[in-house]
Amino acid sequence: MPRLLRVSGTALALVLAMAAVPTIASANDELLKLQKDPNQWTQPAGDYANTRYSALKQITTANVKNLQPAWTFSTGVLRGHEGGPLVIGDMMYIHAPFPNTVYALDLANNGKIVWKYEPKQDPNVIPVMCCDTVNRGVAYGDGMIFLHQADTTLVALDAKTGKVAWSAKDGDATKGETGTSAPLVVKNLVLIGNSGGEFGVRGHVSAYDIKTGKLVWQAHSMGPDADTLMDPVKTTALGKPVGKDSGISTWQGDQWKIGGGTTWGWISYDPETNLIYYGTGNPSTWNPVQRPGDNKWSMTIFARDADTGMAKWVYQMTPHDEWDYDGVNEMILTDQKFGGKDRKLLVHFDRNGFGYTLDRVTGELLVAEKYDPAVNWATKIDLKTGLPERDKKFSTEANGEDVNSQGICPAALGSKDQQPAAFSPETGLFYVPTNHVCMDYEPYKVAYTAGQPYVGATLSMYPAPGGDHLGNFIAWDAEKGKIVWSIPEPFSVWSGALATAGGVVFYGTLEGYLKAVDAKTGKELYKFKTPSGIIGNVNTFTSKGKQYVAVLSGVGGWAGIGMAAGLTNPQEGLGAVGAYQSLSQYTQLGGTLTVFALPD
Amino acid sequence: MPFRVFLFRTALLTGGLIAAGGFAAAGFAQDKSSDPAAQQPAANAAPAAPAAAEEEKPYKIAPDGTVDWAVYNGFRRYNGICYVCHGPDGEGSSFAPALVDSLKTLSFDQFLETVVNGKETVNTASDKKMPALGSDPNVMCYINDIYAYLKARSDGAVGRGRPAKFEKKTKDYADAEASCMGTPG
Repeated sequence: MPRLLRVSGTALALVLAMAAVPTIASANDELLKLQKDPNQWTQPAGDYANTRYSALKQITTANVKNLQPAWTFSTGVLRGHEGGPLVIGDMMYIHAPFPNTVYALDLANNGKIVWKYEPKQDPNVIPVMCCDTVNRGVAYGDGMIFLHQADTTLVALDAKTGKVAWSAKDGDATKGETGTSAPLVVKNLVLIGNSGGEFGVRGHVSAYDIKTGKLVWQAHSMGPDADTLMDPVKTTALGKPVGKDSGISTWQGDQWKIGGGTTWGWISYDPETNLIYYGTGNPSTWNPVQRPGDNKWSMTIFARDADTGMAKWVYQMTPHDEWDYDGVNEMILTDQKFGGKDRKLLVHFDRNGFGYTLDRVTGELLVAEKYDPAVNWATKIDLKTGLPERDKKFSTEANGEDVNSQGICPAALGSKDQQPAAFSPETGLFYVPTNHVCMDYEPYKVAYTAGQPYVGATLSMYPAPGGDHLGNFIAWDAEKGKIVWSIPEPFSVWSGALATAGGVVFYGTLEGYLKAVDAKTGKELYKFKTPSGIIGNVNTFTSKGKQYVAVLSGVGGWAGIGMAAGLTNPQEGLGAVGAYQSLSQYTQLGGTLTVFALPD
Repeated sequence: MPFRVFLFRTALLTGGLIAAGGFAAAGFAQDKSSDPAAQQPAANAAPAAPAAAEEEKPYKIAPDGTVDWAVYNGFRRYNGICYVCHGPDGEGSSFAPALVDSLKTLSFDQFLETVVNGKETVNTASDKKMPALGSDPNVMCYINDIYAYLKARSDGAVGRGRPAKFEKKTKDYADAEASCMGTPG
């Protein structure tokens, strides 16, 4: 676990000054140091392990009830605000959805805007972004701020001035390829994943040189071994070699070329094994009948060498997807006891409703259990084969094209989407924002046209049976695979969580509440209604020695599509019709940062 | 990939297609020339008098609630593509208008023009951008159905969610669909 490191103002200045020395290893060394300093929030997910945990403890279970807004800031952008700000030294960096404005605010000077960057992008990119024009945040490294724009441009901005150091175009937006993910800086590389699974884009992760913006490696989710950076013998899936061109052999014909498996979620990194971890999204199209085979390596957890991109191990969670259960959610890396032994674990809450615990060194599957009891598409996951045991009734493949398969749980939104969970080393628990939504799914034939939607299914979503709520915020034991406590929420919880050493866990709700709960019991300790619904991620930092908690509000994203109008319930018998009022009766658009603190 | 939109209500629609231009115009010039009704200017094809509008309803709904195939298929296609921006059942989203409202004032010509060519309102206060879908067979081969569905929604003739009862797909429809989509029938 990270040691607590209190850094004085001078020491901090020193750390930042050292960052300016241009040696290749500096960005990595610097970030490894910075992530141990709880006074700053230097990575989108808090740290390389994606724990979203802070060692700060001025705000405690005893005093959090006194929390109050300290200051606010409007981004000037209306649509859905995912991700959250970074804090490096005295500077806060805030990003917005399209047009992807970035602000640098001076926390030592009442939040004065030091610089603002707003790229000029072709508005044609707006409608090819599947689920709103979201962006999940900027990354810091080597004295620069990295922004992954909607049009797939990765741009390096001088952290002090906002001046463009370099930019690189990662994909072709006219073919539906877009950028929404937060970059991750590892050593001398800036990593990004792409979006566009609903447009028949082929997923990849790209690594750019931090100094020059030159492409160092690119690893596709499917295709020949040269594209996927897989070794037929050395790359393993549950301990077995994957074999030659495994990214082609489970596809019909050339379908892998428009195979999806985009990589728009989060990337984590373990400096000890030098592996990066991320998941791939749905295979294109959503009509499973049209793309026979396992569709490897969509829906897969990848472990890759950070320097070369070579795949060490893979695990495909949902072979031949039939429900749009993207596997892109964050991989949380923890060192915990498992079966009495210290293990290096990877914990992942998949869209498909199963919470997975794996050995992150070997890729061995240790636990796979439902983290929402409503999940019904599979009865269980066989830990030996890694295969889900599917329930035929909910198989859109078995039921076939032009047939409406009903009552499938979870909905395509997943039991959880990209909104990241948090892990507290003190309780040993994971804090997970979840959806409690089911669906009807009818696949039908579609034709592929470059740059046009390639979806192939009609969905309707509604609350899980018997329930009167669309979300839960849960605490999860990843060793046992069990829910420890669960807080029902009227709407899906679409905000990234924050766990703190003060014993307080924070999350936001779609109506716009920032909530603070007791990490041990889930008891609500504080809530405040921010100006708009929250789909951003909560973070914490100190300024002048005082702890602050910050979150972006600004409703939108997939939640804004699915719920702004209220969900329907075509199954009258379930009795949930009328139990819901539409989200638009609770909140409206608008990007605002709200920063909280205890009174002086 | 070349493909043709197939038309079931030629008299109503051809004016709109010509106005829409883009991919549609070339493919439809021939259909149009053989259809006397289509010789009328586009403006005349738009619903004007209430009586005319009554006749031009693009959907059929039986007293027992059974919808025609167009409405049913329009529901499927709408909720597979358009809904990612315009929300489930045409109800709108946090960033795109509710088409159940838009179609109260939008003529078929205007509807088609927007679908084919897209629409853009990008300024300080707004970043609305509708894509040009004129080259997308998944939209254009079913545009009449999507319109029929949305018009029925807008008129209050069908409610939210999946229509419970619907007419079967006819052979003529299936053939035309296969020809438009370029797939075996």
